[in-house]
Amino acid sequence: MTVAPKREDYDVVVIGAGPAGLAAAATAAEAGLSTLLLDENIGPGGQVFRAISSTPVTDRNQLGADYWGGADLVQALRASNAEVIHRATVWSLDRNLDIAVSIGGASAFVKAKRVILATGALERPFPIPGWTLPGVMTAGAAQTMLKSSALVPDGRTVIAGQGPLLWLLAAQILRLGGRIDRILDTTERGNYFAALPHAFAFLTSPYFAKGLSMMREVKAKVQVVSGVTELAAAGDGQLASVSYVTGGKRETIPAELLLLHQGVVPNVNLAMSADVEHRWDDLQLCWSPVLDTNGNSSVAGIAIAGDGAGIGGANAAVVRGRIAARAAVEALAPAAAAKLPSMAALRADLAKAERGRVFLDTLFRPAPQFRIPSGDTIVCRCEEVTAKDVLDSVAIGATGPNQLKAYRRTGMGPCQGRLCGLTVTELMAQARGKSPQEIGYYRLRAPVKPITLAELAAVPKSEADVKAVVRG
Amino acid sequence: MFKRSEQDKRPQVQIFVDGVAVAARQGDTVSAALLASGVDARRATAVSGVPRLPYCMMGVCFDCLVTIDGIGNRQGCLVPVAEGMQIEIQKGKREIGR
Repeated sequence: MTVAPKREDYDVVVIGAGPAGLAAAATAAEAGLSTLLLDENIGPGGQVFRAISSTPVTDRNQLGADYWGGADLVQALRASNAEVIHRATVWSLDRNLDIAVSIGGASAFVKAKRVILATGALERPFPIPGWTLPGVMTAGAAQTMLKSSALVPDGRTVIAGQGPLLWLLAAQILRLGGRIDRILDTTERGNYFAALPHAFAFLTSPYFAKGLSMMREVKAKVQVVSGVTELAAAGDGQLASVSYVTGGKRETIPAELLLLHQGVVPNVNLAMSADVEHRWDDLQLCWSPVLDTNGNSSVAGIAIAGDGAGIGGANAAVVRGRIAARAAVEALAPAAAAKLPSMAALRADLAKAERGRVFLDTLFRPAPQFRIPSGDTIVCRCEEVTAKDVLDSVAIGATGPNQLKAYRRTGMGPCQGRLCGLTVTELMAQARGKSPQEIGYYRLRAPVKPITLAELAAVPKSEADVKAVVRG
Repeated sequence: MFKRSEQDKRPQVQIFVDGVAVAARQGDTVSAALLASGVDARRATAVSGVPRLPYCMMGVCFDCLVTIDGIGNRQGCLVPVAEGMQIEIQKGKREIGR
């Protein structure tokens, strides 16, 4: 069952059906704009509300009230006239706002007057020794399986890293009867002091009470080791053990599953390929797009909402989606904007949703040794390039991530740098004594996800297209 | 590695992994069904042939690459299972013509 877009032109095309995309599409469509929502997943929700319309986890307490809030967003979208296509992979977006999307193995092309990118976040790379072994996964991966298929770990399981998602996942696994043998907390001790000046905003935010009760719930059932300063996975073709250092002492424990997490970072590939300007964020340690207060990027007509605009969490994502959509309505159908909540009201909502974020960013800023690997540790999972390989290339003249491609093919595998890009930037910056901003990032281009040559060849061609490449 | 929660009442879907029948559930992705099945679903990488299993389950890492109904290099974490689906664990590069 393949559904192509019904039209060739839309007022607004929203890419990604997570919190920001759901809110943006519903807002734009309610205001009467022709709206298309394209999403790569099977159903709506993105990562945070994954499987919100289909989850087999029926006991509502197990996933928590914050998760079920996503159902209201889906309902609002369905009540609107927005056209929604799932399992639709957008592989090209350019500054003319032409979009190429692969649906069921065939590509379609649409043009938008405004594009709202809501491509969200992905988990920060966690390049420790052995992180490519079968049995090592991200915490988000385990949460995806838990939400969409009610699957929980049942063998020896270790969770390692830091950040709110880690505690939420642990609580959810325990509620569903899954197994966790140990939690290794890698939060740097110094971060607690650094975060202190920002504590007031956090203490008065809704995150505080929820976070505290979740940590209590988990700590009552699982041994938690804090102050972990080194971490490695080992095994022969399969994870067998996890070793770690805390307080200068090393310990090795048997494990079948290791779930890693050290925060999330914007998923920048589509935006960067459309030439949207990004800057290095020194607090969140990632690339974030340069945006105005309405979410408009450096490319006219392209706005970015949600975590792709800089990590702010699900509540902020929803409001950012509404702000970007309202801005689109103001531009395309000013009369209809009067029906929507005012920008002032939306900005107040956003300030509330972002409260406490600086505290979390400072407290859970990952330690250098977990971001910048050394020796034989794999940096680029696709092309199997190690930290030493990268440093050797720097030593013989590679100046930045794009030169490194020619030396080592880093970032040229199917993931297109999503799992190595930040590591390569920081590793090369450190080796060359430069800032990540100076070192830069991979030059990303369409197709931002692999498509087959057959699919490209099958694209409808006009006589002019053929004439342009045929001789004589 | 993973088990199914008892509250999961979704209907069963039968898929085949390298020719062997495996019970999945409606709404599972191919990768989730493989991880839940207990079969050895480790692929071999195209570069060095080392074994891998899915890492991210959200479409970004490409460690879930698998051959589905004769088409190689599919992201198993983005494809829902269907009755009778033929899965092959991919060893190495995608072959030409499939």
